[in-house]
Amino acid sequence: MSTEKKRTKGEILLEMKDVRIEGFSDDKWHQIVKGVDVTLKRGEVLGLIGESGAGKSTLGLAAMGFARPGCRISGGSIVFDGIDLLKSSEEDLRKLRGSRIAYVAQSASAAFNPAHRLLDQTIETALDHHILDRGKAESDARDLYRRLRLPNPDTIGSRYPHQVSGGQLQRAMTAMAMSCRPDLIIFDEPTTALDVTTQVEVLAAMRDIVEQFHTAAIYITHDLAVVAQMAHRIMVLRYGKEVEEAPTREMLKSPREDYTKTLWAVRKLQMHERPSDDIVLRVHDVTASYGGEITVLEHVTVQVPRGRTVAVVGESGSGKSTLARAITGLLPPLSGEIYFDGKPLPRTLRERDKDMLRRTQMIYQSPDTALNPRQRVRDVIGRPIQFYHGISGQACDRKVVELLEQIELGESYLDRLPGELSGGQKQRICIARALAAEPELIICDEVTSALDQIVQEEILKLLMRLQEETNVSYLFITHDIATVQAIADEIVVMYQGKVVQQGPKSQVLSPPHPAYTELLLSSVPQMDPDWLTQLLAARSARSTRVPA
Amino acid sequence: MTAEAGDIRAIKARRGRIESAWRVLKTAPFSAWLGMIIIAIYVFCAVFAPWIAPYGEAEIVGNAYQPSSAEFWLGTDQIGRDIFSRLIYGARNTIGIALITTLLSFAIGGTLGVFAAIHRGGWLDQILSRLVDALMSIPTLIFALMLLAVFGKYIAALILILALLDSTRVFRLARATAINVVVMDYVEAARLRGEGLGWITMKEIVPNIMPPLVAEFGLRFCFVFLTISSLSFLGVGIQPPTADWGSMVAENKSLITYGNPTPLYPAAAIALLTVAVNFVVDWFLHRTSGLRDEH
Repeated sequence: MSTEKKRTKGEILLEMKDVRIEGFSDDKWHQIVKGVDVTLKRGEVLGLIGESGAGKSTLGLAAMGFARPGCRISGGSIVFDGIDLLKSSEEDLRKLRGSRIAYVAQSASAAFNPAHRLLDQTIETALDHHILDRGKAESDARDLYRRLRLPNPDTIGSRYPHQVSGGQLQRAMTAMAMSCRPDLIIFDEPTTALDVTTQVEVLAAMRDIVEQFHTAAIYITHDLAVVAQMAHRIMVLRYGKEVEEAPTREMLKSPREDYTKTLWAVRKLQMHERPSDDIVLRVHDVTASYGGEITVLEHVTVQVPRGRTVAVVGESGSGKSTLARAITGLLPPLSGEIYFDGKPLPRTLRERDKDMLRRTQMIYQSPDTALNPRQRVRDVIGRPIQFYHGISGQACDRKVVELLEQIELGESYLDRLPGELSGGQKQRICIARALAAEPELIICDEVTSALDQIVQEEILKLLMRLQEETNVSYLFITHDIATVQAIADEIVVMYQGKVVQQGPKSQVLSPPHPAYTELLLSSVPQMDPDWLTQLLAARSARSTRVPA
Repeated sequence: MTAEAGDIRAIKARRGRIESAWRVLKTAPFSAWLGMIIIAIYVFCAVFAPWIAPYGEAEIVGNAYQPSSAEFWLGTDQIGRDIFSRLIYGARNTIGIALITTLLSFAIGGTLGVFAAIHRGGWLDQILSRLVDALMSIPTLIFALMLLAVFGKYIAALILILALLDSTRVFRLARATAINVVVMDYVEAARLRGEGLGWITMKEIVPNIMPPLVAEFGLRFCFVFLTISSLSFLGVGIQPPTADWGSMVAENKSLITYGNPTPLYPAAAIALLTVAVNFVVDWFLHRTSGLRDEH
C-alpha cells in the first residue's frame, strides 16, 4: 500500500504553530485555544492533558483541520505531512480524514450507528476512500479485531453495536480508525466512560496496535495515570494555553510548573479510617430483582456507621446502584430487612413518612440530569427546606444562602439556572439540596465520575468537611479505587449482585485479597509509565492467555 | 456563625416576571417583532371591532358588488354589506373561536399526555394511546364534517369537536416529551423527597415540556383556524350572517373570475396572520431549543 512508503521515526508528521481557535457564545467570539504549538513525529504518541474546558478536544480536532460548529480556527498554521490543512479545500480535507487522519471518540455507543453491523461500519471508510475492496477490507477488519483482542474476531463483526459491551465497542471503534492505516489517530478520552477493569484491556489493545502499525497518535485525557501508559510525550493545557511539555518519564518525575504539580497531587488525597459502632443504617440479607428470574442483589448485608463513609465498589452491573434503589425504597426488596436507627424501614417509598424520607438523601452521578434545568438555585435548594421544615419566604432564602456559603458558593448564585453553572458547581448545588433536608445518611451514587480530577478532589474535600461539620453518614457508590482510598472508612466490594468482601478500609486494601478485589485493585492505573507493561506481564504469567 | 448578621442582611429578591420577559423580548429578531406587531393589530381589531368598523357586521349598507370607493373601502358583497367592516368583525369570530378551540385542545391533550407519560405502560396509558391512535386514523376534516352533521351547526359544537380532534396531536407531543422528562434524575429526586404527583407534574415536568408545547400551540392555532375557514367555506362552520373569513371567501369566490379582488381580502387576512404567528413561533423554538447558528 502506498501509505506505508515512509514510516520512519524521526520525521515530522504534524506541525501546528500558534494555533488559535475561537468559539461563539453570548454573541461574541471567545478564544478557546490561545496560540499553542504542537509538533508530532511519525510513530510518536503525544498525551494532551488538562481539566475540562482547557481546550484539549478542540485542539485535537484542529489537528484534522476541523472546528466544531460554533467554533473557528482563527490563526496559526496546521501542516500535516507537508499539506497545509488550513489552506486545503473541504474536498481535500475530506479525502484526508478517515484515511490518513482518524478519530476515536469518547463515547463509542454514541459514535456507532445502531442500525448497521460492526463490520460494515469498520470497513466503511476504507471502501469509501477506495483503498481496499470489500473482501480484503473484511478480512483486514477481522485481523484488526484479533490484534485488538476482541473475543470471536471472526464473527463479532456481524453483531450490532448494542450486542457488544462498552469496552468491546471502544476497541471496534479503534479498529474502524485503523482500517485505512492512518498516519495519525486522535484518541479523545477513549476510556473515560469505561470501568477500570475494562479500561486496562482497552488501553493495552490500543497501545499495541499503535505500536504495531507505527501510527502517530494524540491521546487526549484528564487522567494522568492513563496518559502515562500511553504517551511518549505529555503536554499540559490550561485555559487554552500550554503549561508545559516534556517526555513522559521526565514530566512524571519532575514536573516544573505549579499547575502540573497540583495535577500530580490530586491522587494523593487520603484519609485514615475511623472505627465506629454506632450503626445508622443496616441492610440485612436483602435480595432484589427488576422482575423476571434474575436477581440483581443476592443476600446483601451492609452496615453504615453514623458519621462515617462506607464505599461500595464494583464494576457496572455489580448491583451497586440497585442497592441504593433498595435502600431508598424505589425498588422494594423481595426479601430481607432495612433498618434505620435500629427501626425497620417500610419497603416501599409510599409507605415511608416524610421524616423517614428526610433522613436519607441522595446525590446522583450526573448533575446535569439531577437538576431541573428550569429551576433556579434558590428554588432547587429552597424546596427541601420548605417541604421538610416548613420554612418559607425570607427565612428560607436566608437558609439557602447559608447553605450556598457552606458549599463555597455565594449569594450571587441564588438566581442562576443550572445551565449557567459548571459541572462542579452543579454537583455542589446537588450536595446543598441534599444537606438542606438535614439528613442522617446521604447516598452518593458515583458523584465524582462525571467530573475531571481537580474538580473531583474539590468535591471530595467538600464532602469530607461537611461530614465533620454535620456528622452525616455517606454510602459512597463508586468504581474508582482512588476515590475510595481518599474518603472511605469501610469498603464493600460487590460483584454480580453479591458482596465479595467487606470491612474496614485498611483490611480490605491490604493483601491477601479475594480474586475479584485483586483484579479491581490491580486495574487502577498508577502514575508509573511501566505500570501497564508490568501488569500485563504479571497477568499473562499467571493465566494461560496468549498475547496477540 | 453569622446568624445575627444573617438576620439583619436582606437577601436579594428574585427578579420579577415582567422584567425577565422584557429581557427576553429585547433579544427578539426583526421577524419576531413583525409577527408580534401584526398579531397585536389583529387582536386589537378583534377586541374593538364595533368601534373601528365603519358599519355593522350584518348591516346592508349599499348595493350588491359595489367596487371599492371612499364610502366602502373594499367594496360591498353579494347582498350589499361592507367588506371592510365584515373583515374586522371576521377577525373577532375567526381568531376568537380558533383561540378558544386551541386552548381547549391543549387543556385536554396536554393534561392527558402528561398523565399518560407518568403512568407509562400502565392501563391508563394504553387506553388513552390506543384511543388517540384510533381517532388519528380518521381524516380530521371528514370526521369533523360528519360530527357537525350529527350534532348541528352550533359554534359550541364546532369548538368542542375541533378541540377534541386536535387534542390527539397535542396528546402525542405532550406524552412523547414528558416521557423524556419523567426518567430524569431530578424527577426521581422529587419522588424520593416525598413530593406529591401534582407538585411533580406542575414543577418538575410541565416547565420542561413547555417550549415544544408553546411552539406547537402557535402551529396548532394556525391549523385550527385554517380548518375553521375550510369548514366555513364548505358551509358547515360559522353560519351567516356572522362574518368569518372562510365563509367570506366562499360567498364571493365566483367574483375572482371577473377580476374582482374581493375574495382575496379575507384570504390575505388568513395568510398574513398565519405567517405572523409562524414568525413568532420560529423565534420561540429557536430560542428554547438551544439551536445555534453555525458561523
